Amino acid sequence: MRQATAAPVPRMSLRQHVAGAAHGAQLFAAAGRIDLGTAAHSSWLTGADAGPDATVLLRTRDQHDFALALLELDGRAGRLIICPPDLTAAQAAAVMAQHGVTHVFDDATMEGLTPVDGVRRLALRALPQQADVTAPACDTQWLMFTSGTSGPPKLVAHSFAGLTGAITPLAGADAVVWGTFYDVRRYGGLQMLLRALTGGGSMVLSQTGEPVAAFIARLREAGVTHLAGTPSHWRQALMCPDLTTLKPRYLRLSGEIVDQSVLDALRGAFPGVMIGHAFASTEAGVAFEVNDGLAGFPAAWLDMPGKVEMRVRHGTLHLRSGRTASAYAGGGGALHDDDGFVDTGDLVQQRGDRVYFAGRASGIINVGGAKVAPEEVEAVINGVAQVHQSRVHARRNPMTGSLVAAEIVALPGCDEAALRAEILQACRAALPAYKVPVSLTFVAALPMSAGGKLERRHA
Amino acid sequence: MNLHDIIISEIATVAKEQGKTLNPLSDDMALAACGLDSLGFAILVANLEDKLGFDPFATAEDVRYPQTLGDLVRFYHDAVPA
Repeated sequence: MRQATAAPVPRMSLRQHVAGAAHGAQLFAAAGRIDLGTAAHSSWLTGADAGPDATVLLRTRDQHDFALALLELDGRAGRLIICPPDLTAAQAAAVMAQHGVTHVFDDATMEGLTPVDGVRRLALRALPQQADVTAPACDTQWLMFTSGTSGPPKLVAHSFAGLTGAITPLAGADAVVWGTFYDVRRYGGLQMLLRALTGGGSMVLSQTGEPVAAFIARLREAGVTHLAGTPSHWRQALMCPDLTTLKPRYLRLSGEIVDQSVLDALRGAFPGVMIGHAFASTEAGVAFEVNDGLAGFPAAWLDMPGKVEMRVRHGTLHLRSGRTASAYAGGGGALHDDDGFVDTGDLVQQRGDRVYFAGRASGIINVGGAKVAPEEVEAVINGVAQVHQSRVHARRNPMTGSLVAAEIVALPGCDEAALRAEILQACRAALPAYKVPVSLTFVAALPMSAGGKLERRHA
Repeated sequence: MNLHDIIISEIATVAKEQGKTLNPLSDDMALAACGLDSLGFAILVANLEDKLGFDPFATAEDVRYPQTLGDLVRFYHDAVPA
């Protein structure tokens, strides 16, 4: 659906939010600091015709360029497609064809995208004068990738209101500096960036591959007050002695199952600091925040009327709220059931008066916030000669929540040691490191369901 | 091999598999500075569990995260099942 151009848009653009920031919004990147409101560092996108009819693909190596491009395009371009850093050129090309991309913003270092006739390229340029701060011309739709099962990644469409719906204005008059270990091109990180910028705060961006100690040093220099990451990010940060030199007022965890040990470790490292954990999913938006220092959430929140309603059906958490994504983009099917509830796909278990998360119904493996579809890894393993069948599952891990593990049924008479080496070699060649199985177990057979499907096991 | 040597040897194995350059290791070195990333540590803990049969991160009562290589060795040493 294209946006209507005539009707006024009942919200502020990101640029308007930034221009009105009381303390001056700043972006802290590894390369340096940018005052988002001032003239000297204002940027502009060439190819400024990216208007309400435009669909812009944003594919950058650098989070900082991405954030600047968002400021320029929010409220101007009709649709933004936000590529995560590990999206391949082939996947990007498929998305461009499928979703009618009219403009591409990619920094010069990204390779592999073949120019397509009629698709225009946008580039960031410094402007000699203050950029105009205008009201939005359209209510830009944000399309983000979700971790589907096997096959091409799916896009989920979000509105600005939906993405920022759970964001409460920051209390107090003090300047707020957000920091995040997340990549802002993924759902959790984008939430943080929007939270910072719409709240009149500043933001410290991490850089891909930056050592944690170096990022912590930058956070300290920027005077970070609010810091967010996955439990895996926090566990890693807790291993850095310098972490406790930070003086944050609020710590936040999301993107993975939050266990009691990481909450306790953070409380030990930052006595008296507010620590919250949030549940959100790309499909369902931010559902709730838990601030009592305990893992899971109160069972009393189930089946309660409110802005976000929750219920458990078939063992998974279902949500209904105005913030859920409207649909999969490009006809990927409806997200809601008849009642307007969305199945989050997260298995939950109630113990006493508390509800705890227990993994993904689909078997999707969450490695430190990055999602792995078992089918994708099985396809690589099954491609190795001498492999009869394989099953990939999550193995619990105290650092990243889970790692990938695989069970293998080998053809009769093969050399297991040689096959093990061959499977690992094939996986390392075809998959990013976090998708490569950390353990391989040879089994005689794998269980099949009555329907003839491989039975998935849940960690 | 003693616990110390097993851990050092596993760190080297993981670093090699992950294509990471390992800095010279010493007991007072900050773990974050040794050259392994978050995934590398996750794999290290899994490999050590396979080799030693226990995971102190899963069993420790009070999880205080080890910050130096010496801390890590002590952390494993203290968790050796009696």
